[in-house]
Amino acid sequence: MLIFMLRRFGTMVLTMVVVSILVFLLLEINVESVATKVLGPYTSQEQREIWLRENGYFDPAVLRYLRWLGNFVIGDFGDSVRFKVPVADVLWPRLGNTGILGGVALLIASVIGLTLGVLAGMREGGFRDRAASVTAILTTSVPEFASAVFLSVIFVFNLQLLPGTSGMAEGFDPAQLVLPVMVLVIYDWGYIARMTRASMAEVMMTHYIRTAVLKGLPYGQVIRRHALRNALIAPFTVIMLQFPWLLTGVVVVESMFNYKGFGYLLVQAAANNDIDLVLSCGLISVIIVLVTQLISDIGYAFLNPRIRVA
Amino acid sequence: MENAGIFGIILGIVIRLWPVWIALAAVLVVVRLYGKRMGLFGQLFDSSIGTAGVLICAFWVFTAIFADVIAPLDPRVQVAIMKNAVPGAIDSGSGMTFLLGGDHLARDVFSRVVYGARIVLTIAPAATLIALLVGSSLGLPAGFFGRRIDAVLSFLANLVLAFPVILLFYLLVTPGIMDTAIPYMMAGILFIIPIIFFCVLFATRYSARPTQMWIYLAITLVVGFWIYAGLVFDADPLRIISIEPNELNIFVAVVFASSPGVFRIVRGLVMDIITRDYVAAAQTRGESPWYIMLWEILPNARGPLIVDVCLRIGYTTILLGTLGFFGLGMGPESPDWGTAIKDGSKVAQIRLYPWQGVVPALALMSLVLGLNLLAFGLSEMYLAWPGSI
Repeated sequence: MLIFMLRRFGTMVLTMVVVSILVFLLLEINVESVATKVLGPYTSQEQREIWLRENGYFDPAVLRYLRWLGNFVIGDFGDSVRFKVPVADVLWPRLGNTGILGGVALLIASVIGLTLGVLAGMREGGFRDRAASVTAILTTSVPEFASAVFLSVIFVFNLQLLPGTSGMAEGFDPAQLVLPVMVLVIYDWGYIARMTRASMAEVMMTHYIRTAVLKGLPYGQVIRRHALRNALIAPFTVIMLQFPWLLTGVVVVESMFNYKGFGYLLVQAAANNDIDLVLSCGLISVIIVLVTQLISDIGYAFLNPRIRVA
Repeated sequence: MENAGIFGIILGIVIRLWPVWIALAAVLVVVRLYGKRMGLFGQLFDSSIGTAGVLICAFWVFTAIFADVIAPLDPRVQVAIMKNAVPGAIDSGSGMTFLLGGDHLARDVFSRVVYGARIVLTIAPAATLIALLVGSSLGLPAGFFGRRIDAVLSFLANLVLAFPVILLFYLLVTPGIMDTAIPYMMAGILFIIPIIFFCVLFATRYSARPTQMWIYLAITLVVGFWIYAGLVFDADPLRIISIEPNELNIFVAVVFASSPGVFRIVRGLVMDIITRDYVAAAQTRGESPWYIMLWEILPNARGPLIVDVCLRIGYTTILLGTLGFFGLGMGPESPDWGTAIKDGSKVAQIRLYPWQGVVPALALMSLVLGLNLLAFGLSEMYLAWPGSI
């Protein structure tokens, strides 16, 4: 187990390094535009070149990469050209905001997905199963940007129930969180439900469930004590692996509703070619994805004693 | 301005779509008559979900094919008076009805959605097909040989998968990158893999019959490099395949982003199928590894792969929409759905002219729904009768 974890950890670090090199190289392509961004469009070519030289942009790429990496590891993410502050000052609050949004959405999606998935999987092919499956297909066919448009039209402008933007200008306002969370839940719950259903249906076919039923145990007790415990192992992995999907969804939702979160920051950084910010955001999102993968693998092995990785 | 009214709009759309209804009716008649003999496709119509999936997908395919007949206007034509016109508005000058209203540049929303179907339904399936070939070509050896090859390829696949999709596209689909050779290099590498795939496919099958092998190889190479020249160098000698640099860039990025997913699925399937007796039998016969991979394992992995292709086309459709939504799509002139949704989802547009965003969003949603239903129908068939797909 220890060797397995160490090897996974090694691969993880290697992936991060390669990702950061790739992003760094891709951003190299229009590095000159940084000077224009900082100094404004009405500066002369010489001024820009002086600025670039002073800030070390003409040093060899390897040197600059290593310098950036060294600073990143000790927590200095460089300066944001777009926001004119250190990257860390914008990054962490934004990540916190996204944590709230994503956490609430994932929680609700998991509760709905697990409940309906278990109900559907209890009797495969039954009415509840068909209804839940079809609903899941229906809602997972609505991408975030589409449902954001539909829900905005309905709730913001026709019913006038909810605010249309979630800028949180006057402090935290739960009402502004409703629409973004709804959009994310609509797209994400179905996948969890389908995985839970498959896992539950498989468990219901096993011999120990048949034995429990034939022993005369009340049906509810069979489900709770015997079926659920085994059926919920696989969905745990699925929920953890939802993170990359959620991250993409979060980017769309946050840009749509102007929610000041990590995803919106990523888009702003990429659109403005804000090199330090893009690098930090990219690497942090890759770290999040890889760490959740690791947790899901370890958690799976931990929850399911039948699987022991050599 | 005069208005056709709600019934006028519905009637107008139904009438404009006449070629689609005829084509759909033809499909239904053919299925009713010969369904039992059509195998896989006929069986799909046994379940209501499968039928719905096929019909929705067919609807959009026919809309894309007959777009020239269906759309009353060119998608780029601007009729100044119809700027932000409500659905059903009638242009008093020409007597033309804007069935689903006009957009912020006074273009007909209905025509643009119809032409948009053509864009989505060429790029999404084509990109998925190439991703399938690339993913299979790499997934087969990874699953078959394991060890070092598997470790390297899986690492690369996980690398791409760990990347946030949006960031990947922001880095790959920027104006700056189009001036460099990167998109062309990626296209050159990604699109050569399918050609190699087919060459190996025929070479392993007909190694005992050299004449046939050379014929197939020649056909593959001619067709392959004709498409290759058209796509990568935009130098198709017959000028049939031509692609804008921007479109190529998007196409390459989409293939690049979805190949690792196919790779993982193929790899998993190979590791499962490799334990079967017929693989052992082929190995005992002394067949070459690539023959076993391409002619024993791959055909038996087709069930889950077909299902995955349906889902993946839907996902690619969503991806193209997302790209358009972030302004990385085909360019403002193009009737691409994602771009239309982006333009229609600005606060002012949603408040005053909601149809500009809702119509393309509904179109995109229904196409994805059709593909998902199709995939569900296929997977149910596969589970009920493994081997029937």
